[in-house]
Amino acid sequence: MKFGVENLSCRRGDVTVLTGVSFDVAAGEALILRAPNGAGKTTLLRCLAGLTPPVSGRVKFSTDDVAYAAHADGLKSQLSVEENLQFWADIFGTRDIMPAVVAFELADLLTRRAQDLSAGQKRRLSLSRLMLTGRMIWALDEPTVSLDAENVARFSAAVIGHLAQGGSAIMATHIDLGLPSARTLDISPFRAILQDTPSDDPFLDEALQ
Amino acid sequence: MIALLRRDIKLAIRAGGGFGLGLAFFLILVVLVPFGVGPNSDILARIAPGILWVGALLSCLLSLDRIFQLDYEDGTLDLLATAPLPLEAAASLKALSHWLTTGLPLTVAAPFLGVLLSMPSEATLWLVISLALGTPALSMLGTFGAALTVGLKRGGLLVSLLVLPLYMPTLIFGAEAVRRGAEGLPTSSALLFLAAITAGCTALLPFASAAALRMNLR
Repeated sequence: MKFGVENLSCRRGDVTVLTGVSFDVAAGEALILRAPNGAGKTTLLRCLAGLTPPVSGRVKFSTDDVAYAAHADGLKSQLSVEENLQFWADIFGTRDIMPAVVAFELADLLTRRAQDLSAGQKRRLSLSRLMLTGRMIWALDEPTVSLDAENVARFSAAVIGHLAQGGSAIMATHIDLGLPSARTLDISPFRAILQDTPSDDPFLDEALQ
Repeated sequence: MIALLRRDIKLAIRAGGGFGLGLAFFLILVVLVPFGVGPNSDILARIAPGILWVGALLSCLLSLDRIFQLDYEDGTLDLLATAPLPLEAAASLKALSHWLTTGLPLTVAAPFLGVLLSMPSEATLWLVISLALGTPALSMLGTFGAALTVGLKRGGLLVSLLVLPLYMPTLIFGAEAVRRGAEGLPTSSALLFLAAITAGCTALLPFASAAALRMNLR
């Protein structure tokens, strides 16, 4: 599914972090965000996922088509792997969790509680959730953190499969995933120079008015 | 939608979920009162409705900060906010699961604890009815307080300060209904007010909670 933004400004808290971001991503294409730490990759992805409304500019898609994967894994440690996956499958109205289980090789872990998983296994479980959303745009924030080479390859395969079905993706990552149809965008030029002064008075906040 | 409710109840019941904490607190509070006030059953019977209601209120407070805080910390709240389920529905379901794991057990346990305070038996029925009508409002208001303070460190203390004043009308009409019931007076006006508060909270507060969550997530 193709998507894009035009002249987008996004903010984090009271500070406008990015201005004038424009890009278009075609169906079956992945956009890799590259920029130094603190440049606003997470801010942009949260904005695309609809968590923070843009300050100005236009998003040319519905945020209901975006599946967002954050830094945090979003797992419930007291629930088993299967219960975690089934919960998200029910929330997104997907019946079958098996494609996600197979793609990230979670079959042996299904009955294990999430708190007993290693960091890499938690990450795999968290990423497999994307396949249950049935959404066409994947917005991923550092998806390969704590994954080993073998699982990075598994993840790449999942992304390639998603792109082959006409999906698209935007992700912040520092490593080369070997995606055939990936484009790289450096967002450091969009960094906002003029930064809002944070106000102490919440009633001055435009979002409240 | 049922999935979220099922998950929250499951999480509350499993180890570390805090189910039973409120109930145990309620029990201990009620057991402590006769030690403080003395064993005079006339005095105990007079203050029993108030004590039981205040006890129920405080036990409800105990688990409020868990409603959103844990989901916020592990990133689930971000993912829920991007899910097809509207945040208003999520807030209602969270309040419902909070009520099912605190308000409902309290309502069921209250008659037995009333015996410890030598509450007159005529009052027991009214105690159960008033708690059943009033505690859903406590969960709704509590969910709103929790939504306002999500993301704050040590937000639990702040929730108590925010929410306790809002609990006052429920407490007044709840305890009044039981007192009137114990004295054989008509209780319907107090119960109707209680029901009205609960109905109003249930209808309006999910929207306020969802708006507060959106503000806190950005």
